[in-house]
Amino acid sequence: MRYKDFFFWGTFACAVTVIAFITLPLLQMLSAPSLEVLLETIVDKDVFNSILLSLSAATLAALISFIFGTPLAYLLSRREFRGKRLVEGIIDLPIIIPHPVIGIAILSITGRNYWFGQFLTDLGIRIMGSVTGIVTVMVFVAIPFYIKAAKEGFDAISPRLENVSRSLGASMFSTFFRITFPLAWRSMLAGLIMACARAISEFGAIVIVAYHPMIAPVMIYERFESYGLKYSQPVAVWLIAVCLVLFLLLRILTTRQKKNV
Amino acid sequence: MITIDNLHIQLGGFNLRDINLQIAENDFFMLMGPSGAGKTIILEAIAGLVPVKSGRITVAGQDITHLPPEKRGISIVYQDYALFPHLTVANNIRYGLQFQKIEKSEGDKRLDQLLGLLNLQHLANRSPETLSGGEQQRVAMARALIVNPQVLLLDEPLSALDPRLREEFRVLLKQIHQQTEATILMVTHDFAEALALGQRGAIINMGKIEQSGTMEDLFQRPQSTMVAGFVGMKNLFSVSLQGETARIKGLQVQLGHRDSEGQGFIAIRPEDIVLSSGQLQSSMRNCFKGRVEQVISQGFYYEVHVNVDGVSFCALVTKGALLEMELQEGKEIYLFFKSTAIHTF
Repeated sequence: MRYKDFFFWGTFACAVTVIAFITLPLLQMLSAPSLEVLLETIVDKDVFNSILLSLSAATLAALISFIFGTPLAYLLSRREFRGKRLVEGIIDLPIIIPHPVIGIAILSITGRNYWFGQFLTDLGIRIMGSVTGIVTVMVFVAIPFYIKAAKEGFDAISPRLENVSRSLGASMFSTFFRITFPLAWRSMLAGLIMACARAISEFGAIVIVAYHPMIAPVMIYERFESYGLKYSQPVAVWLIAVCLVLFLLLRILTTRQKKNV
Repeated sequence: MITIDNLHIQLGGFNLRDINLQIAENDFFMLMGPSGAGKTIILEAIAGLVPVKSGRITVAGQDITHLPPEKRGISIVYQDYALFPHLTVANNIRYGLQFQKIEKSEGDKRLDQLLGLLNLQHLANRSPETLSGGEQQRVAMARALIVNPQVLLLDEPLSALDPRLREEFRVLLKQIHQQTEATILMVTHDFAEALALGQRGAIINMGKIEQSGTMEDLFQRPQSTMVAGFVGMKNLFSVSLQGETARIKGLQVQLGHRDSEGQGFIAIRPEDIVLSSGQLQSSMRNCFKGRVEQVISQGFYYEVHVNVDGVSFCALVTKGALLEMELQEGKEIYLFFKSTAIHTF
């Protein structure tokens, strides 16, 4: 009995510590700026634009991940092939590699003295210091999260459902849109949210590829560097507030749908 | 109707080779074998759901080996039913209709018929997750039947049901077989099921067809020790054949007919062996005196092992007979069987 109590309180204490560790700094930051300062910050065109850029670039990155990642996730879930482990390892790479390294890597392939960079220049595509560059980096860091979530969703669907569908006369395309997608879309959406969140939070790689146009994390960093903590806090508050509201909305939207099914 | 020629399938570490089967039109064909023998894979190959390495499958004269599953007109019902969880019962059943070129009124008619036949009317708007196993099974059957398949593949459809439901469903299957023109191919490892429903069948072991033929052939005239053992011929002996007799070690068994000379096997079903505490006046040609080695309860029956001069026979008796003869270990007993009950191979 005593031992059990000790065990319970031990785990409880750890849980409280972890929760406090995560929430306290965030709460402190959220409550630091006054409402007045917050309002003043958001009407600042630079701040508003940077948050808007962060959100729109991240959304675009998530959509690109969705378009290219979904078929790959399906393939990984359904087929066994030689080198599958290697492919999965490659997909994990962006998670492991330090962020500034990612930025440097992307710059080196798109640089003018490399054939691919030359090719892009000829097409009129600029990576360095452009929105294209920001989105490129965001896709790079976010796509593994989407693929993993989508693959898990596909894994949870028995291939037998697809088999039955096909034996009843549905083509592979029909089967995917009538059976697989309706059963997996929640996992795919969760993956999109994860990818989007990851894209918004990227700083290290983007600051190397595109200091300007300024995404919100770069602006927070710049204001901290130039003017100090007090000046960067309100931007940070706005960024996470907007993100939290968006994700919360999506969350509510998806759980409500679940009850209807 | 269905002809499978030298089919070879390699799937992961699994190898099915030299699969040859002939299934007649409107047959109820049973595919039996120990688990892991490859029964489900054969069904999936016929449905076009696993890649075939070599060989040919034809249905009604048409080579379908390389046809995609949706073009084959073959329905499959899985052991775990595989109902679409996001669709209602009615929409599950109706699923295949949208890919068929039929009028909506015709589709509705078929749906109503199947709901009636399978007693599902009251469940039409339910979600499959809320159904019992037996109900899910009936929905899966209805969904497979609504497209009027030329072949219906059933993968152990009764194994997940409790015994009472199984009985009911067996009757239903028989009814379905009589009412539709579909050729039915069913995987099972329940002999009662196989004998009650099947007209013909095959036994498969380790990726190979061991034997195929009528149910009677399989159960009474196995052609290998594997099949004999699998169909429950517990009395299986290696013998030397000579004229009308077979010799098991020192024991002479009368066959009642001449068989080929040399080494062979004989098999006798345990239910064909009669036990008695005294000599019987009977036409049975084979009578031996032995000693009870072991009595094993099998629920409603008892398996009695009798040792005759070092050869162990197995007989089935009812509880009544067991008490009447006071069978117990060490008791001397007479053992009889007809020569026609002996199968040689």
